Amino acid sequence: MSIETKQQEIVEEYSVFDDWMDKYAYLIEQGKELSGLDEANRTENNIINGCQSKVWLHADYKDGKIYFTADSDAILTKGLVAMVIRVYSNETPDDIINAEPWFIKEIGLEENLSPTRSNGLTSMLKQIKFYALAFKAKYGNA
Amino acid sequence: MSFDIAKVRKAFPILHEQVYNKQLVYLDNAATTQKPQSVIDVLSEYYQKYNSNIHRGVHFLSSHCTEATETARKKVQLFLRAAHAREIIFTRGTTEAINLVAQTFSQDHLKKGDEVVITRMEHHSNIVPWQMACERYGAKLKVVDIHKNGSLDLESYENALTDKVKIVAFAHVSNTLGTINPVKEMIEVAHSKNIPVLVDGAQSVQHTPVNVQDLDADFYVFSGHKIYAPTGIGVLYGKEEWLEKLPPWQGGGEMIESVTFEKTTYNELPFKFEAGTPDYIGAIALGAAIDFVEKIGIEQISSYEDMLLRYATDKIKTIEGIEIIGNANRKSGVLSFVVDGVHPYDIGVLLDKTGIAVRTGNHCTQPLHDWYGIPGTVRASFAMYNTKEEIDYLMEKLEQVLSMLR
Ligand SMILES: Cc1ncc(COP(=O)(O)O)c(C=O)c1O
Repeated sequence: MSIETKQQEIVEEYSVFDDWMDKYAYLIEQGKELSGLDEANRTENNIINGCQSKVWLHADYKDGKIYFTADSDAILTKGLVAMVIRVYSNETPDDIINAEPWFIKEIGLEENLSPTRSNGLTSMLKQIKFYALAFKAKYGNA
Repeated sequence: MSFDIAKVRKAFPILHEQVYNKQLVYLDNAATTQKPQSVIDVLSEYYQKYNSNIHRGVHFLSSHCTEATETARKKVQLFLRAAHAREIIFTRGTTEAINLVAQTFSQDHLKKGDEVVITRMEHHSNIVPWQMACERYGAKLKVVDIHKNGSLDLESYENALTDKVKIVAFAHVSNTLGTINPVKEMIEVAHSKNIPVLVDGAQSVQHTPVNVQDLDADFYVFSGHKIYAPTGIGVLYGKEEWLEKLPPWQGGGEMIESVTFEKTTYNELPFKFEAGTPDYIGAIALGAAIDFVEKIGIEQISSYEDMLLRYATDKIKTIEGIEIIGNANRKSGVLSFVVDGVHPYDIGVLLDKTGIAVRTGNHCTQPLHDWYGIPGTVRASFAMYNTKEEIDYLMEKLEQVLSMLR
């Protein structure tokens, strides 16, 4: 499934909620469902510091695609992280580099992208692109 | 005279605003307080009718603003029960006041091997300036311990005050724990060893009467914006003998007596420490904020806020899994807590959606949080305009939010 389709899918899932509580309850649910990281990858190196909540992000490269795993100590951040991973994981470096995460704004959670929000999401998105660039440089685009 | 909460609330226009179509419940007063109409009016009135730079013009407007600024200084002096208006220096806030003292004091009084004493509950503003001074002069920063309940370990305090200690700095009230430190006794102990004391009053002047002469504080600092005044104005009180002794800090206009390229002589107090154009309209508005507070009465405010804090404390204890951080006997203004298995950030974000403004995170007291081994807390902090009904609403929403998160 392409990054574009995955984003559309998420937007559809969120379209049924008209009240903030339901929307956040769903976000929390997604956070709870994210299996997180293997203990071995829960390292200082993989931490993206968001001041208030921490995000761990790990990337693996296999057969031309990048696979992300991630976690957060705050459940709302973890829910956001889960969606970002769902969108960007299992994709090629080029597709990742070229895709903007427009779904976040579309589902009305764009306040989480504000640099003042200090939840680490903005830094995580940067880090995802950085991984894509690094893998591309290392292996080319398969 | 009794405390008329309805009348108090009416004076603060922002309290009647809505966020996300919900009534705003502002419980982040330790970060900054809202402004009464009388303070807002002073700001617009002065910019509309009187604005003119102070201490320089002979014209009508300049003398008017100069006089109003000096009247404000007098109001601060009387509010703090200081002996002289010249002991009141206007600064940008607490942070600038502490930096002023840390830098000027250390210049002549701190050398290699000396020590500076602070406590574990200090705000970064009362840590970093001393750390910088210590680094510069090869002195050592010593930290006084606290007890788990958030009160200061007075034995550790006394033991810390050795011959090497040149100055002590601590908060009157902790912005995270709410602990009221026994300032008078602590100053007495320090003075018995001839050590001067700086008190960080950022969280005290708005909640409790302060008498700097009775406390015998050498320096006492606070921020206007936490006592219903605008941002950008604050106060350094210093005993005259100390302010005379300290070298000037920033150089510029106003702080000089005469300037030649060979030699500059400095102005007298308080102007020696007020280089450049100060926020004089902010200072005048600070005077208006103090008028507002005094009209209601700081004792009245204090007992009303104590009632709120007790009420909130009793109520929150009935919620399962809540741990209050800061359980000292004498507390003021703030209620910080953590919830078993729930990140403070999540609580803050969801409460926000219900119109409630609380602070989450480490509240600029990172070393204190590290010591407790927690990433942060949720902090509800109170001002004179908060109500029991708002606390009820907070508790109701907190339970709702926790049921979503757990
Ligand atoms: C105890 C304490 N000290 C210092 C400060 C710093 O005050 P300001 O940022 O107004 O300079 C604060 C404000 O958060 C505080 O609570």
